[in-house]
Amino acid sequence: MVFARRISILFVTLLLAGLGGATLLRLAPGFGVDERDLDSRLNAVSHEAVEAVGAGEGNVGRFYLLYLSRLAQGDLGTSRLFSRPVVELLRERLPLTMGTVLAGFAMAWAAGLALSAVSAMARNQALPFALAGFGSALLCVPSALMAVMFYRMDVPASAGVAAVIFPKVFFYSKRLFRASLAKPHVLTARAKGLGDVRVFAWHAVPPVAGELFALVGVTLALGLSAAIPLEVILDLPGIGQLAWKAALGRDLSLLVSLTLLIGAFTLVANAFADALAHATPGAGSNDNSR
Amino acid sequence: MTTAAKVAGVLLLAVVATSLAAGLLSPVSYETQFRESPNAPPCRQFPLGTDELGRDRLARLLYGSRVSLLLAPAAAGLSVALSALIGITAGYAGGWVERATMAAADLFVSLPWLFLLLTVRALIPLNVTPWASILITFLLLGVLSWAPGARVIRSGASALKRSEFALLARASGCPKPRLLWKHILPNLRPLMAAQFWIAIPVFILSEANLGMLGLGIAEPLPSWGGLLGELQDPGRIAGNPALLAPAVLLTVFLSCFQSVFSKEDK
Amino acid sequence: MSFQAASIGATRRVVLVAALSLGACFVQGGELRFSIRSDPKTFDPLLAQDEASETVRYLTGGTLIRIDRRTQKFIPELAESWQITAGGTKVVFKLRQGVLFSDGTPFSADDVAHTFRRVMDPNLHSPVGDSFRSGPGEIKTEVQGPARIAVTFPAALAGMERLFDQLTIVSARSPKKERATLGPFVAGEHKPGSYVMFRRNPNYWKKDAAGRRLPYLDSVRADIQQNRDLELLRFKRGEVQLIDTLDPELFDRLSADSPGEARNAGASLESEMLWFNQVAAAPLPSYKKAWFRSKDFRRAVSSAINRGDLCRLAYKGHADPAAGPISGANRLWVNAKLTPHVFEPQAALARLQRGGFRLDAGTLRDPQGNVVEFSLATNSGNKTRARIAALIQQDLAKMGIRLNVVPLDFPSLIERMTRTYDYEACLLGLVNVDLDPNAQMNVWLSSAGNHQWNPKQKTPETPWEAEIDRLMLAQSSALDPKKRKAAFDRVQEIVWEEAPFLYLVNKHALAAVSRSVLNASPVALWPRLYWNPEFLQVANQMARTR
Repeated sequence: MVFARRISILFVTLLLAGLGGATLLRLAPGFGVDERDLDSRLNAVSHEAVEAVGAGEGNVGRFYLLYLSRLAQGDLGTSRLFSRPVVELLRERLPLTMGTVLAGFAMAWAAGLALSAVSAMARNQALPFALAGFGSALLCVPSALMAVMFYRMDVPASAGVAAVIFPKVFFYSKRLFRASLAKPHVLTARAKGLGDVRVFAWHAVPPVAGELFALVGVTLALGLSAAIPLEVILDLPGIGQLAWKAALGRDLSLLVSLTLLIGAFTLVANAFADALAHATPGAGSNDNSR
Repeated sequence: MTTAAKVAGVLLLAVVATSLAAGLLSPVSYETQFRESPNAPPCRQFPLGTDELGRDRLARLLYGSRVSLLLAPAAAGLSVALSALIGITAGYAGGWVERATMAAADLFVSLPWLFLLLTVRALIPLNVTPWASILITFLLLGVLSWAPGARVIRSGASALKRSEFALLARASGCPKPRLLWKHILPNLRPLMAAQFWIAIPVFILSEANLGMLGLGIAEPLPSWGGLLGELQDPGRIAGNPALLAPAVLLTVFLSCFQSVFSKEDK
Repeated sequence: MSFQAASIGATRRVVLVAALSLGACFVQGGELRFSIRSDPKTFDPLLAQDEASETVRYLTGGTLIRIDRRTQKFIPELAESWQITAGGTKVVFKLRQGVLFSDGTPFSADDVAHTFRRVMDPNLHSPVGDSFRSGPGEIKTEVQGPARIAVTFPAALAGMERLFDQLTIVSARSPKKERATLGPFVAGEHKPGSYVMFRRNPNYWKKDAAGRRLPYLDSVRADIQQNRDLELLRFKRGEVQLIDTLDPELFDRLSADSPGEARNAGASLESEMLWFNQVAAAPLPSYKKAWFRSKDFRRAVSSAINRGDLCRLAYKGHADPAAGPISGANRLWVNAKLTPHVFEPQAALARLQRGGFRLDAGTLRDPQGNVVEFSLATNSGNKTRARIAALIQQDLAKMGIRLNVVPLDFPSLIERMTRTYDYEACLLGLVNVDLDPNAQMNVWLSSAGNHQWNPKQKTPETPWEAEIDRLMLAQSSALDPKKRKAAFDRVQEIVWEEAPFLYLVNKHALAAVSRSVLNASPVALWPRLYWNPEFLQVANQMARTR
């Protein structure tokens, strides 16, 4: 029953996301215009024909209903920009982006958790300071620069995704670990000589597992959005580049499909994170907060 | 306060003071084009060199920090406040409120807000003053970025709500607002602080990207976002390392900011 | 310099035949690589409109007549000869015989007739077809034998030869339809977002002077790459061998690193220009419309812009101040008497003051006392254009004019330019691909949609626009090239005088050619570097190191 309710909420949210995406695009300036409007070789009749192509999508509600009815048959419509079925475009480009995002996500979490643990447990100030500086630098360098530098060094694009996610994981988890390690009984345990690893595993992680799992979903979505500039700058034919082109080209069918896809990805990632949080003992209670 | 934090505090004050005193420190205006010396390397007249139009990079950096240091933290604050309000409400209320709020957050993250920004640009006049346009930009950034933070804060709040001390407080008749204000909020501060200052550079950089949509700072006003935007090409940096100055300054600023405020958390 | 022999293609071996000039060698086979900006939107040559599709068309398509990109003269291709008769309404082609399509189907006059039928289909909206429509009525073809065909137009079509340069002949009979080609290459694998492959057309009809079958190359690979910095990086790594357009900054960097590979072909056909919105119904205050419709205002602004500085600072010297709509690179049609508007801010201010404007404490005010301030819209993401805007802003500030630079994303800008007319001034680049003034009819005719400063006028709103209309129509039907030139020269003079477009600079054609590519010589006309693809050769690529 609970499961069914969850699924239906997910479903309704997704439907609203598609409608919202379509509405936002429809209301934005430049909808229905075409670069061919500036082509002086075309005569007036052809210009009118170009303008007429976009006119059929003028009514968002009607467009969306039509879109959904086709979606039910597995058809996502045809991209006006690429003159190809959206399904084909997604199928071609999804693997690249998913690979990049997931690899970057894994790298960022591994590095972020390890370094924040080291940072939170460190007894001197130098190391945490240096690590914080490193994290801050990653936040301050434009992703365009990072992408091109990685490309020059033949580092895969997933490192760029990792560089965007890492600071978030690192700084959030460091704060969380520090807070739980600062609790009086933890300080006592450490003073009594309980090993660092044990203190960390027993007292630092469990109380904040819920927050960390919430961050999992958030950073997955972040990774996907980081893939957009990365793929655009490096000319990688993935979903991010497709989304950017769809936005610039005001391609309604393509953009709504992408909104649904990204929405589904975000929803599933967060639902998964929530489920993990519920399933983890200790994550639901914060009994050390006294 | 540790020595490191003290040093950081002094540095932070120095950065803020220099940007406020930009007019006094920099003999030339940020918009003066020394057209006879474009792309000058650092020298006595131009300590950080000039840009391709011959404008003094130091002057642009100092003036640019004014805009960015004022507005980015303000927008970050707005974003965190919204996240906290929505996240705590959801986490504390639980039940359908929590589910609906989190669904809304997911919906919010999925939507292509770029188009809203484009629409806003279309609605404001083309001749709007640069300050008004930049204010709108940061306001939008602050408002539109509540969702990821709200999700994290919500999970913190809901854990705290179920914790023993909250049960105890409720059992002893502690009123709800007091419980939230005195017990729940302080415990969520580390999360909110992390979110706050991560948002600062993100917003500073976003401003440069929004410039592409006509929503950023218009020429000739400088901003850190615009200056960082120049860094897209590593080939140029090799020729003129002074180009990295804004990135270095922003990193120093953030590190100091973080190290000062993280101590105060305790 | 000599090149090592190495096998590149699987079937073909690199053969060193004869030493050519510069000590280079003749090389057969190999793969040429360069970048295109986007996926081709279509592989149908009759529908090609975007640059990538036009590249496909140029590499694969066979035409009756070609414009020699170097001499700008017409050369016979699939037509051995042609004759224009009946007052410029009819052309008779004598076709080359024994020519085969890439799939082996023989080429004949039927294919030309079929091509015309297809391209003139009113539902196709082919830009090539539109340019053939000289007036109301049908275009008729008459096959007079396997190698002879006559085409009749409803009205005289001046300078019609050039249009045939864009008309790719498609097969009437081949089962492969438009995939069967007559050009030097055949489109092969297309991996969307990554690359398009072209393979040698084994049936290509052309031979070189020594009687060898062309093309020399086995294949061409067009990588889809938008990022210019990465493109240069890949060029330096030897992953691409040609760059058809380089930013001035990247050009300078390459010149410093590898002087022989950076090539400047002089003035290009591209110009940057600025114009004011003169649309009567535009949602602007009436006093601003009055400025923009005043010739004195436009000319004053033009004279206040330091074009020399634009070239020097925004283009690092790789541009020339522009005088008018036709760049010097268009040797046939440029009005060489025109010179760029002179930079004289004092005279510009005096001109405005004569019209009642006054300078009040550094702020210019119009006769009614309104502060002279306007916005300059341009497309975002173009660094050079952003610099031009900032330079103009400072130039005008010295006259007390406040200019607000507004970069907009392209669709928003197009909407403002063509639909809502909600803008004040616009800064954009203009590319003239076609040399003939007939290609600009939709720009100069006051009734046309691309008459950007005030499009779709019912009747010309000013006497000088009426005069331009008259001259353009006169030149389009005149058959005497001298008369056409005289009429179009006059159009250029009127545009110079009235300044509806303020022409700023003509960019130089900057390109990069790897040392390993032979016979490549950049020209101003598109496609700048691979205009002679059948003659291009690539020497051993292994010789290059990272």
